[in-house]
Amino acid sequence: MTRLQRILIWIFCAGVALWLVAPTLVIVPISFAEKKSLAFPPDGFSLQWYANILNSPDWSGSIVSSLKIAAIVAVVATVIGTLAAMGLAKMKAGPGGILRAILITPMIVPGVVLAIGIYAVYLDHQMVGTLVGYVLAHSMLAIPFVIIAVGASLAVFDTRLETAAASLGASRITTFFTVTLPLIAPGILSGLLFAFVTSFDEVIVALFINSPTLKTLPVQIFASMTRDSDPTVAAVGTLIFVLTSFTIAVGLWLGTRRRRS
Amino acid sequence: MDAKHRGAAVDIRDVTKTYGTFTALDKVSLQIEAGQFMTFLGPSGSGKTTTLNVIAGFTDLTAGEILIGERSVGNLPAHKRNVGVVFQHYALFPHMTVAGNVEYPLKLRKLPKADRARRVAAALAMVHLTDFAHRYPAELSGGQQQRVALARAMVFDPPLLLMDEPLGALDKKLREWLQLEIKRIHRELGTTFVYVTHDQEEALALSDRIAVFNKGRIEQVGSGRDLYERPETLFVGRFIGESTVLTGAHETRGDETAIKVGDQWVGIPGRPAGAGPQALLLRPERITLARPGTGAVAGTNRLPARVTEAIYLGSGVKYEVTLADGTRGIARMTLADDHFALGDPVEVAWQKHEARLLADDGSSLAAQSGEDK
Repeated sequence: MTRLQRILIWIFCAGVALWLVAPTLVIVPISFAEKKSLAFPPDGFSLQWYANILNSPDWSGSIVSSLKIAAIVAVVATVIGTLAAMGLAKMKAGPGGILRAILITPMIVPGVVLAIGIYAVYLDHQMVGTLVGYVLAHSMLAIPFVIIAVGASLAVFDTRLETAAASLGASRITTFFTVTLPLIAPGILSGLLFAFVTSFDEVIVALFINSPTLKTLPVQIFASMTRDSDPTVAAVGTLIFVLTSFTIAVGLWLGTRRRRS
Repeated sequence: MDAKHRGAAVDIRDVTKTYGTFTALDKVSLQIEAGQFMTFLGPSGSGKTTTLNVIAGFTDLTAGEILIGERSVGNLPAHKRNVGVVFQHYALFPHMTVAGNVEYPLKLRKLPKADRARRVAAALAMVHLTDFAHRYPAELSGGQQQRVALARAMVFDPPLLLMDEPLGALDKKLREWLQLEIKRIHRELGTTFVYVTHDQEEALALSDRIAVFNKGRIEQVGSGRDLYERPETLFVGRFIGESTVLTGAHETRGDETAIKVGDQWVGIPGRPAGAGPQALLLRPERITLARPGTGAVAGTNRLPARVTEAIYLGSGVKYEVTLADGTRGIARMTLADDHFALGDPVEVAWQKHEARLLADDGSSLAAQSGEDK
């Protein structure tokens, strides 16, 4: 490869990288704006919007609600999705494929369609704006991600190891916890993360079923954006961006370290 | 390992296993004595692995009964049978070290930690892998992995150890060395071993007794020598060792049976078993090749043939000959005997009583190579 080709490839890659992260990076300067405006580039510098996250019950409350709901959803969806994936893996290809397709549908059906259905039922049963309502709706959306992630792990899991464990004296339950679970843990963990993010990120269903007393962060962001131009949105966005980047960096670091050892 | 212990006897009574309309095992009965090295030999699909799986509890049986020691295990799940199993594919737990794998069955049995460490060390020493205790299975060669699997299967002192083609994935040199290792371990432990293989040489090298499987049934059980010298069915004769099989119309002449090979009759003492077609089975060592018209001895059969292959074996020469009717014959001669070149006309000669008269069960030559499905 010539020097010129190398430079061209570098420029191209840098361009694509910039394209991908630019929208995210724009919010960082805005979050430090002095005036209450979403103009870019912003004027001046202040930390008032970060302080506002803590001071405003709308913001801090919705963040806490989102984290709480996402955490519960992550656990519920991971347990149910993992069990479903294990059942599907043991089924025959034909019926297993059909059942799998049915279980995956929440991922394929447009969110707004689901949201209308959920809203109609929730109205009848006084579940709008309840924690249980959020958890049920978001878990339904998150389970397919877990099924796919765990299913991928199970596809490469050697079931003969379970036979071997049985021959060594392990009951089915013991085999699951000592052999199967540790080996499909990467899939379960990524399913857990997907489930958490699915709930944390979910806006359409949340818009329908929120109430003044219980709303999630995406709902609060959406409401804030439509009402006024409050840079607190950018401050929240920046915090989430930093936290997720940090989490992924740690994950990657742990991943490469394990592979090397 | 604790003091040397005796293995358990295994009693298989009329075990049948069907899958839909397919009968994998058809009323198989077999007694295995405590401490014996028993090999299940047969082509793939003959039922030998199914029988092993039924003993281990991996496969439910359709009918029949299995006793390990005095205990009927028919309804006992695999994990309660206390039987060690070594698989062809090793089946080591990739997320545990070598020591972790070997310790696994001891942890399940809730042995105290010091006890576990002692037994793991002893088991690894037995398979010469003491230095590998902290490695992961992926860092070991196939032969080393299988030794770990062996250590793991015997560390909890099971009275019965099952091995399903444990050396099938290894190359010949390694296989021969591990055969000796397995034999030594069997001697030292006194455990009952059941070993599945399709390799007759392996079966002969290892076993006290061999059960030859074919189409879901046991054809014959006996020592390697029994099976080689006194096969009871043509299938067994062909599967174990090399042989020349002569077939043709037969008739009884007094105390002798005569079989027409090509246009010549050969005789054998005794009467045919059953009314169906008969076959003569000859082992290579029992055949002498002679130049046509020389060295005739009373009481021998002679058939004209042509040498089609001569293979120098070091200890002797193996000749492949083709008889007048197209049958392929195999003779083994010492270096002191006459030498023949390819294409030489010869006479295949043998003492009448050294052949074996068996019912022709239609088993093919392919069975010999283990490829008969």
